Amino acid sequence: MNIIIIGCGKIGLALAKDLNNEGHKVTLIDKNESVLQKAATSLDVLGVGGNGAMIGVLNEAGLDSCDILIAVTGSDEVNMLCCLLAKRVRDIQTIARIRNPEYEDEIHYLQEQIGISMVINPERMVAHEIIRLLRFPSATEIESFGKGMVDMIHLRLPGNSPLCNTALKDMSRTIPAPVLISMIERNNEVIIPSGSTKLLENDEISFIARPSDAVRFCKICKLEYAPAKNAFVIGGGRIASYLGRYNKNSKTKCQFKVIENNPERANTLAENFDDFTVICGDGASKQLLIEEGVEHSDAFISITGFDEQNVMMGLMAHNLSDARIIAKVNRVDPEDVENVIPFASIVSPKSVTADSVVRYVRALESSKDSDFESLYKLAGGRAEAMEFTVNNDPDIVNIPFSRLSLKPNVLVAAIIRGSRIISPGGSDCMMEGDSVVVISTQKGMNDLHDMMQ
Amino acid sequence: MNFWIIAYFMGWIIEVEAISMLIPMFISIALHESDVWPWFLIIILVLAPLGFILTRKRFRRGNFYVREGYAATGLGWILLSAIGALPFFLSGRIPNYVDALFETASGFTTTGSSVLSDIEALGKGLLFWRSFTHWLGGMGVLVLILAILPMNGGYHMQLMKAESPGPSVSKLVPRVMDTAKTLYLIYIALTVTMILLYRISGMPLFDAACIGFGTAGTGGFGVRNSGMADYSRASQILITIFMYLFGVNFNFYYLLIRRKFRDAFKMEEVRVYVGIILVNIIIVTLVIWRFNYREEGLLYSLHHAAFTIGSLMSTTGFATVDFDTWPEIGRLMMVLLMFTGACAGSTGGGFKVSRLMLLFKEARKEMHMLIHPQSVRPIKQEGKVVEHSVLRSASNYLTIYLMVFIAAFVLISIEGHDFITNFTAVAATLNNIGPGLSMVGATQNFGFFSVGSKLVLTFCMLAGRLELLPMLMLLYPKTWTKHY
Repeated sequence: MNIIIIGCGKIGLALAKDLNNEGHKVTLIDKNESVLQKAATSLDVLGVGGNGAMIGVLNEAGLDSCDILIAVTGSDEVNMLCCLLAKRVRDIQTIARIRNPEYEDEIHYLQEQIGISMVINPERMVAHEIIRLLRFPSATEIESFGKGMVDMIHLRLPGNSPLCNTALKDMSRTIPAPVLISMIERNNEVIIPSGSTKLLENDEISFIARPSDAVRFCKICKLEYAPAKNAFVIGGGRIASYLGRYNKNSKTKCQFKVIENNPERANTLAENFDDFTVICGDGASKQLLIEEGVEHSDAFISITGFDEQNVMMGLMAHNLSDARIIAKVNRVDPEDVENVIPFASIVSPKSVTADSVVRYVRALESSKDSDFESLYKLAGGRAEAMEFTVNNDPDIVNIPFSRLSLKPNVLVAAIIRGSRIISPGGSDCMMEGDSVVVISTQKGMNDLHDMMQ
Repeated sequence: MNFWIIAYFMGWIIEVEAISMLIPMFISIALHESDVWPWFLIIILVLAPLGFILTRKRFRRGNFYVREGYAATGLGWILLSAIGALPFFLSGRIPNYVDALFETASGFTTTGSSVLSDIEALGKGLLFWRSFTHWLGGMGVLVLILAILPMNGGYHMQLMKAESPGPSVSKLVPRVMDTAKTLYLIYIALTVTMILLYRISGMPLFDAACIGFGTAGTGGFGVRNSGMADYSRASQILITIFMYLFGVNFNFYYLLIRRKFRDAFKMEEVRVYVGIILVNIIIVTLVIWRFNYREEGLLYSLHHAAFTIGSLMSTTGFATVDFDTWPEIGRLMMVLLMFTGACAGSTGGGFKVSRLMLLFKEARKEMHMLIHPQSVRPIKQEGKVVEHSVLRSASNYLTIYLMVFIAAFVLISIEGHDFITNFTAVAATLNNIGPGLSMVGATQNFGFFSVGSKLVLTFCMLAGRLELLPMLMLLYPKTWTKHY
């Protein structure tokens, strides 16, 4: 597809890179020519200098043959204007980044009026991810499928777990919970396991289960399972606002203690979110953290605007307490640092956003035989987990797996049929209306046909 | 330096060259040139498996950055010439390997300088191969490979930058592969049209194809000892037109295809190119009409002035008349045109019109700054502000160009030929023209130079075609260190 990206910042570049790798034709627009030049030397994209909210510039970038326009400049308003203009010229898919929490309540109205196909809000997505991580403390990452019916949970297997040195086929004897181990990451290698695969200490395992089963599973396996009850938040920016919003509406509430340096900002936060304990001070100060009781906190979330500070404060908090560390990193790719800070979960607005846009674009491309529902990148982008809805396709429907020839490195991890979750064996088959979770180390699958040989 | 990936690209170059040798081999077989075609066959049988091995995935490892791009381009072109010379040498039609290398490098770099006095003696198979190297070299072998070979990331754009002429190489469409494909499609379409028109104007098909390749690549190898003089007036006029057309920036044709006629005709470089041509044609026509062709008439003068100017400015190097016999002012203007060269992004060589425009604008700015020392005056080209780095590289290009020119000039002067011969020999090879003046004039050849001088001139041709840096980089020791 032909894709125009307006704004060549961190997110714009991450999007350009991912979409380019997916094989799309990407044109970047930015006012700053030197940024474009840099982008064009490392990526196979075309750069056009100028203001993306001008029809002339958009035309030069090839609006006449464009399929998707993505506006990710620093300003929400410019992004909306770009989409509005482009949509008036041609009926195309438009994606805009709108991240000001003030627009949050009216976002659906705005989206409809301006004709934006998809709104991306990196900060909100990060907040969402943080909330999910807080609910499940031992997980390094959680993704949900089937509209929240099942979760895919990644965690590191500790040495004291009874799972260690067990082969997967023997697992059902020791552990009654219906849980499917779908991927193992060991020494930077991605393994799609078979029945005879043994689990070892320090494996990064990913399993698919219903949220309630996942908790039971963790209980049995001696993994932490209780949701965090209180958390330190360092940095009271947009993400903190979205955390407050989510917390307001959620059943299991978490006590947030927000430490913010800027008095004005601290004041606004305190005004808007009654359940926040807002402290105006330096989050890097050890004394302040101890005074405020970091030792007893369940989680420590550092989300200031500086990657280095976030990581350093996380390291310090790890020394001071047993809290679960969550740090925001935006400038480097999380997969490049994850393995050196194993005790911390890294959240990255850039990657979260790029993933969600890639997911959207793939869904646009998928054929009618199966609908692309969601996509998650696993193990630093080396594997992908995808969810498809099965439509009436004679090549796939009602054929048992033993007779389907799948590509190597592709695993159908779960079938969600109504309220049942099936872990597929040779005699099972996919039926119309099923949701199917597929894990693959081969990239670029758009529909279920792509997994067949 | 990542040698694996360089070997991988060498493999592709070998493969492409092996495949392109098939056509001349079939021509040779058809004409029963029994001392030529077995050698083509042997070379193909050796090259094809070698290329096949090198293009396996195991060689495509590691990262590919700017320096690998430049080194692969420089080495690739040397390899291309070295292999391309083998049929001439092995068949014994050019008994000396350095002569054969000079001839092939001259072909691939679209120079058109020859060491042969009797080219018809080569036989049609080799003549076809000689002309076909022009066509391959014109748009570039690496660009061809980029058009075929899907690649990830953006660093392979460096290959295209290193191989395509011009101060700032830009893509037409977002992906390198599509850009390369588009360029080759335009190139093929123009070439086929041209060959058909040549055929209609009365050339034999073999001549039409070979001269067509020579025109398309702005090369200059003919297939007859008499050069272009034998062909009909109509054919010569067609050749003239197509020489001018292949000197135009290919972006122009892309804009025409996209039906952006206004943008196309607004292109500053194309306008200046046309301007220079018109002014030169008028002056030279009048001069040679007055001094040389009084009896033949004004139209005759116009025809040959247009042909010669097109030939030199597009850096093709065909000749209908011996312009060495023209008066001093005419000869001088021809030498100056050799340096001007064609548009950036065309198949022509030389200094490039757009680069000269930049230098001229910089000079004007320098004077403007003396009058208004505080003034802010960005340099614009094609309606856009030119980045400082582009300006800097244009100025530095001039410096490097002069240094290479002087070095080569000194080296071949050791041999003791006259000043004009040496000067124009370097000018004709470094700018990829073909003929010079005096002993290397349009009716002469480069055969009399010693082996050393021929190698120097071969280097000049390759350096000129690749715009100096990829070749000079090969001489820079730090290029070859494994780390840093």
